[in-house]
Amino acid sequence: MKLEGSVIFEKLSREDSTSLQPIVSVKGLTKVFGQDPEKALALHRSGCSKQEIHEETGETLALNNVSFEVMPGEIFVLMGLSGSGKSTLLRCINRLIDPTEGEILIDGEDIVGMSQEELRATRRRRLGMIFQNFALLPHRTVLDNVAFGLEVQGIPEDERCRKAEEVLRMVGLGGYGASMPSHLSGGMKQRVGLARALTSDPDILLMDEAFSALDPLIRRDMQDELLEIQQRLCKTIIFVTHDLDEALKLGDRIALMKDGVIVQIGTPEEILTNPENAYVERFVADVDLTRVLSASDVMRRPEPVAQCTAGPRVALHLMEEHDITGIFVVTRQRLLRGRVTLDDAAEAVREGTPMKDILITDLPVVAPDATLSDIISLITKSPYPVAVVDGAGRLRGVISRGAILAALARKGEDIRAVA
Amino acid sequence: MLVDGIEEYFGWLLDGASEGLRYLVGGFEDLLLSIPAPVLILLASALVWFVTRRDIRLAGLTALGLLLIWNLELWDLAMLTLALVIISTILALAISIPVGIAAAGSEPLNAALRPALDLMQTMPSFVYLIPAVIFFGLGSVPGIIATVVFAMPPALRLTNLGIRQVPRELIEVADAFGTTPRQKLFKVQLPVALPTIMAGVNQCIMLALSMTVIASMIGAGGLGYQVLVGIQRVDIGMGFEAGLAIVIIAIILDRITQNLVPQHENR
Ligand SMILES: Nc1ncnc2c1ncn2[C@@H]1O[C@H](COP(=O)(O)OP(=O)(O)OP(=O)(O)O)[C@@H](O)[C@H]1O
Ligand SMILES: [Mg+2]
Repeated sequence: MKLEGSVIFEKLSREDSTSLQPIVSVKGLTKVFGQDPEKALALHRSGCSKQEIHEETGETLALNNVSFEVMPGEIFVLMGLSGSGKSTLLRCINRLIDPTEGEILIDGEDIVGMSQEELRATRRRRLGMIFQNFALLPHRTVLDNVAFGLEVQGIPEDERCRKAEEVLRMVGLGGYGASMPSHLSGGMKQRVGLARALTSDPDILLMDEAFSALDPLIRRDMQDELLEIQQRLCKTIIFVTHDLDEALKLGDRIALMKDGVIVQIGTPEEILTNPENAYVERFVADVDLTRVLSASDVMRRPEPVAQCTAGPRVALHLMEEHDITGIFVVTRQRLLRGRVTLDDAAEAVREGTPMKDILITDLPVVAPDATLSDIISLITKSPYPVAVVDGAGRLRGVISRGAILAALARKGEDIRAVA
Repeated sequence: MLVDGIEEYFGWLLDGASEGLRYLVGGFEDLLLSIPAPVLILLASALVWFVTRRDIRLAGLTALGLLLIWNLELWDLAMLTLALVIISTILALAISIPVGIAAAGSEPLNAALRPALDLMQTMPSFVYLIPAVIFFGLGSVPGIIATVVFAMPPALRLTNLGIRQVPRELIEVADAFGTTPRQKLFKVQLPVALPTIMAGVNQCIMLALSMTVIASMIGAGGLGYQVLVGIQRVDIGMGFEAGLAIVIIAIILDRITQNLVPQHENR
């Protein structure tokens, strides 16, 4: 839990990549499935909805004027209900599906206009893909599966095997090179899938519900591992999921899709706290735990605390010892009195001001049974962590931003089991 | 009329093909007969033992069966039948597998082939003998031609089916990793479809064997001819022995082809 919190924290602070050029840039992408896309598009321009177009012509408007940009090193999550067009969008990026209209730039090069030859070169070197049902080649050993990309590129056998073994070790399957895929468990199969995509060292990984077929515990492990690999190799990842928890945990940014349109793009926090319209709000409310979990589920013990009878010097010492930047001040009965920051305490020690003068009393405070959605709105308005205080005014716990995101990223059942 | 026309304009082609086939069968038969029977029996048993991953029982039965054929003095006829079956099967597969691959990749071709295949498979087998005789006369060559036509459909169908049944995700894997169409065929489609294609090969061999027996009616020779003679002379023992030899060969060929490719579970 601590690890997850810190991973998310790092991700939030990693948001400074805006000065770079986008590595993937999708502009006005439209995809119609059917015989006569022009007719469907004409209907669409005259204001018909996806349903109406389908009833009228039998064509499916799977993507409708989608635009977004992905920065190098970013994990960009495409999220939405079944049929919203996530897979179609992902497959347009490596042109497994040919778009009807629009352009897709990969490092400035339009993949839509590429010849077969150029397309193959781009797919081989720049784009890796990982599939929902693993899609390992059943007639090949694990090692030969992992080496597949290099084999297609014509790399000599000993070189590609060496590289494949190296990547297999990296995903923790060092000894399994000679096994057949059918002998592996689901989690192991997807590690092989991941290794296969990583072996040709592409800049961009396309992942379509890559972890959806795994059971919850394995799934969490794989998510952690993906984050770790991403941090080490700094890949750009476009990740499709219909699971909000997964999106919140993995995504630097999340694009929420509905009926072939991107409804909102934002960081996990923005999506949670600032849903752009009723659809996003409902999606967030439907799937997330903000209405299920209460403060007592996510708070941690308020350690350490400073006694209000002690002076600033004691508070400063405690903060330095625990390497924190603020501390709650309580009475002997643990009634909450306020909070002292590291800077204020240090100054107070120098100036000799008493504790009560540096005490911040305007703190966000919630009851133990407050829901996460209440807490989220409080926490975004205040620079301080939220204090959880019971009916008698006693300090029971403390909730940081990281704790909330970590809780949301965890599966609900774990939390209920612990609580 | 039509037949005369074909004879007139393509006669040279038919003669050439006929000559070539006769030469091929004769050569192959000679090759099989040049190996002493005990050696061939040993080789066949070893092959069965190897492809069945050391099934010693099956290898033993193979040896026993072949020894029985030898003992019944049907060895030479059996080798002729075997030569006919192998040549016919090779020809049938050489046509049906590439065409099956092409049909898997082309809807129009598939649509055009389907009624033709249906027709070929519902036709009673000896009907094939008539046009074969008209164009090639009597002997082993029309027998082979009729056998090839008769044995082709299942291999073609199963090749087509096997390739079409390759899971879509695996095709996406091939495309996503940037394969050329050729790499996709040889590294993904054919290997994944191989168990199904081998089922087609197995059926092709079995049909070829049954057809060479029938083709003895037009003078193809071999064990089938012996059965025919037995029927004509109402010699039950003679017909039965030859029939038994055919069954033994059928079982051995079936076991070998069934085990040639290890079955792999998909995904
Ligand atoms: N090959 C196709 N032919 C016709 N329609 C298609 C095809 N592929 C997808 N569609 C349609 O396009 C729309 C978007 O499908 P897509 O598979 O992209 O959705 P998704 O968001 O990935 O859903 P899921 O979560 O179920 O995978 C759906 O309405 C679907 O029926
Ligand atoms: Mg999908």
